[in-house]
Order: sequence, then C-alpha cells, then structure tokens
Amino acid sequence: MRPFVYQRVSDVHEAISAGASDMGVRFIAGGTNLLDLMKLQIETPSRLVDISRLPLRTIEARADGGLQIGALVTNSDLAADPFVRRHYPLLSQAILAGASGQLRNRASVGGNLLQRTRCFYFYDRAMPCNKRSPGGGCAAIEGFNRIHAILGASDHCIASHPSDMAVGMAALGARVETIRADGSPRTILLDELYRLPGDTPHVETNLAQGELIVSVALPPPPTGMQVYRKVRDRSSYAFALVSVAVVLDVDVEQIRNARIAFGSIAPKPWRAAQAEAWLVGKAPGRQTFEAAADTALEGARGYGHNDFKIALARRTLVAAFEHITSSRG
Amino acid sequence: MTNDSWTRRRVLCASAAATGATMAGFAVVDRIPEAAQEREEPPIAREVIVPVTLRVNGSAYALTLDTRVTLLDALREHLNLTGSKKGCDHGQCGACTVLLNGRRINACLALAVMLEGEEITTIEGLAAADTLHPIQAAFIEHDGFQCGYCTSGQICSAVGMLAEANAGWPSHVTDDVASSPSLNDAEIAERMSGNLCRCSAYPNIVAAIRSVAGRRPG
Repeated sequence: MRPFVYQRVSDVHEAISAGASDMGVRFIAGGTNLLDLMKLQIETPSRLVDISRLPLRTIEARADGGLQIGALVTNSDLAADPFVRRHYPLLSQAILAGASGQLRNRASVGGNLLQRTRCFYFYDRAMPCNKRSPGGGCAAIEGFNRIHAILGASDHCIASHPSDMAVGMAALGARVETIRADGSPRTILLDELYRLPGDTPHVETNLAQGELIVSVALPPPPTGMQVYRKVRDRSSYAFALVSVAVVLDVDVEQIRNARIAFGSIAPKPWRAAQAEAWLVGKAPGRQTFEAAADTALEGARGYGHNDFKIALARRTLVAAFEHITSSRG
Repeated sequence: MTNDSWTRRRVLCASAAATGATMAGFAVVDRIPEAAQEREEPPIAREVIVPVTLRVNGSAYALTLDTRVTLLDALREHLNLTGSKKGCDHGQCGACTVLLNGRRINACLALAVMLEGEEITTIEGLAAADTLHPIQAAFIEHDGFQCGYCTSGQICSAVGMLAEANAGWPSHVTDDVASSPSLNDAEIAERMSGNLCRCSAYPNIVAAIRSVAGRRPG
C-alpha cells in the first residue's frame, strides 16, 4: 500500500471540499473494495477522506411512496430492512446473494455502486489493462475471459460490473443523488451513472471529481412480483457469472408490466428496456419469455471462454420469469 | 499471557529486528516518526503517522500508527492480540473476523485509524474470565476444527451470525426474505460462507453452531 494522508470529515460540505482538493483524493466508507485495491497498488490515493461518520445512514419512506436510502447504509442493514424485504424483495435477495456476512456488514450502498470490476487482468499489475493503465491494451479480449462482458463491451475493455445490489436497483429504476464539488445537488438515473467503456474504459461513471453520492432514491414499489436470480460457480460467496433481476406484473393472462436487469454480463447493470416494452400485452408463457430473452440478448457477443454466457443469460431470464409465473399458482 | 512476558512471537520479532529484517517496521513502530524526520522525507511522511485510540475487548489503547495499518495488523502486531489470524489479507477467507460494535467484519479490510472509539471484540474477548463463550465451548465439544487456523475467525463469525439471526435477518437461502427463518443447516452454511476452512471441518463447525442456535429462544 502506498502512503496516504487520512482525513476524517463530519459533514457533507467538509467532505465535498476535501474531495475537490486534488485528483489523488478518494472517499472511503466501508473500504471493502478500495482497501483491497490499495493493497495491490491498483488504487494509489494520496489522501483518503473518511466519510463513514457522515449522517447518511438512514432509510426513510419518501412522500411519493418510494424509499430514500442513505449512501452509508450498510448492505446488511438494507437487506434486513423490513420495508425493503416486503416491498422490494428482489433488492434484499440481490444483496444477500453477494459477498459474505462480514463484507455486507461493512460495505456501504454508495461504495457498492462504485466498486470496480473483478477482471483478472485489471487485478494483475503485470498484465496490460486499459482500465488500470489507459492505452496499455486489454489482455482479457484474447485471454481467459470466462467472467467477462457479452454486452456493452468495446475493443478496449470487456470487463463486467460485479455488483448484485446495483442490478436490483437498476430493475427498480433507482436514482442516485449526489452533491457536486460546487455544493450543488443532482439526481442521476442509476442506469446513467455508469459509462460504457468505449475508448475510455478507465472512466467508469459520469460522476465528476469530488462528486459525492449521498443517497439512492427508489420509486414506489412496482406492481407485480419480483425475483433476483444469480448463477455462479459455487453456491455461495462468489461473483455471478450471470444474474438477473426481474419484475413481472400479469393481469389475468396479459403482461401489464415487466422489468429486466442483468448482472455480470456487461460493464454496468444491464437494463433490457426493449425486451421489457415488447413483453407488455403478451400472454405469459415459455414462448413469450424465450422471445423476450432473444430480444434482451440481441447483439451479445462472446470472446471465447465466455461464449456460454449468452445461452446462460437467456435461460436464467426465462427461468426467473417462469419462477414468478409458477409462484402465482 | 501478559504483555510483559516473552512470548514466542516476541522472540521471533526481536530476532527479526536484530537481523535487519523488514519486520522491524512493525516491531518498533514508535520509532518511525523520528526516523522519518532524520531522513528528511517529504512532509507527507509525517502526516501518515497518526495517534489512534482503539477500544478492544473493553480496554482503550493509545497507539501511534501509520495510516495504512489495518485493524488486523494493529491487533496482531501492535496489541499482541494474535488470536485473529491473517489468512488471505483480502477479505476472502474470514480468518481475521472480529466484532465491530457487535457486528462481524473482516479486520483485514478495515483501517485502524477509521475505527477510533468503536467497540472491537476479538476472540480473546469472548470468554468471561475462565468461562468460555458458548460458541467456544461448542467448537471443543463438537470438534469444530482440525489445524485451528480458521477457528478464531469461525467463532467470532458464528457469534455475529447468531446475533443477526436473532434479529430476524434473512439469508440467500431463505425462501421468503420477508420472513425470519430458523437456523437449519442450510441457513447456517450459507451465513457462514465467508469463513473458509481448508481442513474442511465444516460438518462439525455446523454442528457446533447448531447446538448453540438450538438453545436460544425462537
């Protein structure tokens, strides 16, 4: 780990001014990903601004019927929240499918959203990586790319976003609330928080230097049923190969509303808006779900070791929908 | 063990320091600021050594630490509390699990300087005087270990996990996350998945935890 100056802040504005002071600053909350990366010298901040004592730990009902989640709420507190468990069960399921009890107790909502990819080559400083060292090349494209993206990747980077929680939030239409370096607040759709790699894979989000996530706002719970389904190499404590968060609202025999977000198959939580729109008005059933999956995976491409993810994502989506329709009885 | 006794670890540290090994940075941390000044290092070198008061197992310890020191290294190298083990040092194995304000965390992925004033409980702080914590006693009764390296992490994790279950938290294997499930073996295994045991003593670990979970109301 490189030496760094530690600065503890006690209010948001102090954090903002500390965060804007220079390019070497990183905010730290739980630190479960950042410290790991610092030990490997993939992250080398010159100053850590400790935001863990800011008053951003509450989960509150919103006037619109939705939920306001402070950026420092731990993953475990969010997953255990009674309102979340009852009205946004896919979010609890997504969080509980990720990491371990110890990590979820420490990891924050904001930090989970901003965690970095687990691409092997990003983690290995002996290998070229455009995300870690822009212009260096990508070792994953021709390398061992079993865990990599099949959608949204570029010729410069095929890393996937590893979060479970963010996939659940994407399906729920979450908005991310921030404070910018000049003190002004803004709200970004979670879907628009992340950038696709293009030719700048080292720029992962649309946040500016010093911009701080302060909360996540969930719209009112969607009608219909929800499920988060995760497929991985072992049954616990592993990143997803493919995951999907699904909402399905069926009125008699017609789909009224559907939401689909995939995890671990793209550089960001992957919302399948076209497939969602296509599903409205259709009769639920295997054929419909398979056709929707085809639409959702349109344009997917494998890089060798991850070719299987295209079929796996398709089947995982169909299985998630069928889980919902079979639980309806 | 008292702080004044010459433990095996102390002898090893002292001999390492005497041979000029790099461990000296940990063994004689109090001398670092002075040494840094002598070498006229850039100002940052002085800013990265900070006073930290840690509350561990009910006692407060005033330390002077490099900002990079993790809670795990502070416990092991500065407070001589070597019960918490360093396995992977990357939050993947759980051997370093301790309780922070009653909740289990990976001590290797927490900076000591961030935990000023928080209540930390390690494996050394679980027993009440000579009476083992029920989970400790259950691990002995059910032979919940082989080499023992992961054991203190397993035990601290189990203590934290039982508190989570008693608070009604669901897990990944809970059918309905809105419900508060009782701890069957599948629930115990899932909730303990952050603690690896390379001797694979898992069946006995689960049995030990089950025996304590079963004694609790609800």
